[in-house]
Amino acid sequence: MTDTMATLPDLVPPPVELPERVAALRSEVRAFLAEERAAGAWRPRADTWLSGWDERFTKELARRGWLGMTIPTEYGGHGRGALDRYVVTEELLAAGAPVAAHWVADRQIGPSLMRFGTEEQRQRFLPGIAAGEVYFGIGMSEPDSGSDLASVRSKADRVDGGWELTGTKVWTSGAHHAHAFFALVRTSPKDDTNRHAGLSQLIVDLKAPGVTIRPIPLLTGAHHFNEVVFDKVFIPDSMVLGEIGQGWHQVTSELAFERSGPERYLSTFPLLVALLGEVSAQELDAGRRRDLGGLVSRYWTLRRMSLAIAGALEAGKAPELAAAVVKDLGTRFENEVIDAARLLVSIPPDPAGEQGGFARLLADAVLHAPGFTLRGGTNEILRGIVARGLGLR
Amino acid sequence: MSSEMSSELREMAESVFGDAWDSSTDAFDAKLWESVEQTGLARLTLPEEAGGSGGTMSDAAAVLIAAGQFAARVPLVETDLLAAWLLHAAGIEVPSGPLSATVAGNLTIQPAAGGAGADVSGTLRRVPWGRAVSAVAVLAGEQVLLVETAGAGVEEGTNLAEEPRDDLVLNELTVRHVAAVPSVAVVEFPLRAALGRALLLAGAARGAVAMAVKYATERVQFGRPIAKLQAIQQTLALAGAEVAAAAAATEAAAREVDKHGFAEASFAIAAAKARAGEAAGQVARITHQVHGAIGFTREHDLRLVTTRLWAWRDEDGSEAYWNDRVGARVLEVGAEGLWPLLTGTP
Repeated sequence: MTDTMATLPDLVPPPVELPERVAALRSEVRAFLAEERAAGAWRPRADTWLSGWDERFTKELARRGWLGMTIPTEYGGHGRGALDRYVVTEELLAAGAPVAAHWVADRQIGPSLMRFGTEEQRQRFLPGIAAGEVYFGIGMSEPDSGSDLASVRSKADRVDGGWELTGTKVWTSGAHHAHAFFALVRTSPKDDTNRHAGLSQLIVDLKAPGVTIRPIPLLTGAHHFNEVVFDKVFIPDSMVLGEIGQGWHQVTSELAFERSGPERYLSTFPLLVALLGEVSAQELDAGRRRDLGGLVSRYWTLRRMSLAIAGALEAGKAPELAAAVVKDLGTRFENEVIDAARLLVSIPPDPAGEQGGFARLLADAVLHAPGFTLRGGTNEILRGIVARGLGLR
Repeated sequence: MSSEMSSELREMAESVFGDAWDSSTDAFDAKLWESVEQTGLARLTLPEEAGGSGGTMSDAAAVLIAAGQFAARVPLVETDLLAAWLLHAAGIEVPSGPLSATVAGNLTIQPAAGGAGADVSGTLRRVPWGRAVSAVAVLAGEQVLLVETAGAGVEEGTNLAEEPRDDLVLNELTVRHVAAVPSVAVVEFPLRAALGRALLLAGAARGAVAMAVKYATERVQFGRPIAKLQAIQQTLALAGAEVAAAAAATEAAAREVDKHGFAEASFAIAAAKARAGEAAGQVARITHQVHGAIGFTREHDLRLVTTRLWAWRDEDGSEAYWNDRVGARVLEVGAEGLWPLLTGTP
């Protein structure tokens, strides 16, 4: 080899095959979704894991054993693998089903409690999560802390038997419905030589005295985001997640779950399905047929990448780098689908259009799109992680 | 083959092809060919009873990605995936040495005057490595001809990477081995060619980004390696994601072939070749931008992989060709069939 030769680390784990056992599971989920749709229980939406809060639907999923799937049975879960959960979630997202109520709890709170929670915390929350009755939010961002998460200023002071929490969290999806969230807070003063030290995660009861929740309407006018203000909220020692001072490490591990799922490329999939309902083979000339094919080739590729990550999760790994790669590709692609779809047919977006119809899905998708490449870590931050993985920094 | 064995195979292939890296020539690498013969990589997927190694397409994926990464100057796809397969399927004994393969629709084929075989006239266009191989497996309709190049006129041509793409002129050439193949072979040939090419593309993309990352950590401007500049980090991260996408798509398509055969994997192969072709353009653009002027010259080795990216994305079907096939399939299955198509589960 010459001195210009170089090798590159693998950014995404090797491909995985879904085990035979999940084929039956997939059929069951599809049959259930078909039944729901036939009954008119809901209409497909774009970005349903943010906008589709439907506690009835969540409880129906729980009744079938499709929430808390990876949680051990002793905590009310089902002790199944990450790939089983993957199949259920991708089917729900592809159908545009209303999954927002349980999304955060099922995706990252359950795994975090299993990894860092006390026995008491697991007993208290996991059975409710698996039953579709306990909902969680995410308490990371603050007015002055977005991408620079380590700069959070919400602070907890030591008091008798626990901590007294003061500060503000923002962009908390579903906080007005949820029971609790994990707040990333400062438990000791900022150390400029180690910015990641002194942070901790507290489990905050969102109905507790001193917690004020105010809506922050989205571009659509819809109420999903909230500001959550803590005014001397008492957090008992029993609601400290993991170890005091280990918050940064814990949050990073939580992000591997938050960033790695199929919701990072499927948010606008129902739009493409609706588009196909509007076109027939005769209406699409060769150029547009090619554009449509291009979208589907990329969907197919992203799904294989996303599956590879689920395979790594199933093997007990925390594929943070791969999650960053796929989330960057996937969320940019969610936007590209919108651009392509609006040019494939001449149907303008209509925010008052029929729910589930192309015009309404397009309107919602366009107005939700800015969030795709922000939430859970901006794409610029993700690329910084990838650059580190490549050995550039 | 287990994933452990696949990873050993990949290591071996990377070592064999890496050692052969040489920018001083574009000619067929006879020494490398000896190595791939000795290591069993030359006829990797041909069944053992036919003189091959009996490997899977996933094994071939590991080897071809490495071959693309190190710009190997040997006809691996042509010999193993195409010629050896086609000849074996037609019941013709596979000759030794490097081979090529092509589809020809314009040949005049007449029974040989002497009895066995046929007399063949016409031109085989842009045969990969035509000048370097002793024989070419030609698929003409549902017939397979084993054309020995010694009797053909060679009009040399190349692709953008200066790999031989030669016209072979046959003038009443007597071909001793002629046989019919099952019609499924006619469907399978372009799928094999596309998947082989897509895997090479995935490898060349990987090689280009590896070189750009190394260059960025060594090249100093503004008093520090350009790798420290966020603009460079961001753009190389995009290129890295393209490499990952090309690898994921092509390796997954290879797995589909192992599970279901080529014809059943046609959707996966179409998507994989299209996606790898798309990645090729992005990666070539970004890696040249990072290398600056030196990468734009013959003095630097980057061209070995980027010219292959540009050549191979158009060979065996461009993104336009394969995305059109995918689009047609999507319109055929409609709104209800899209998700089942993507998941491969009706």
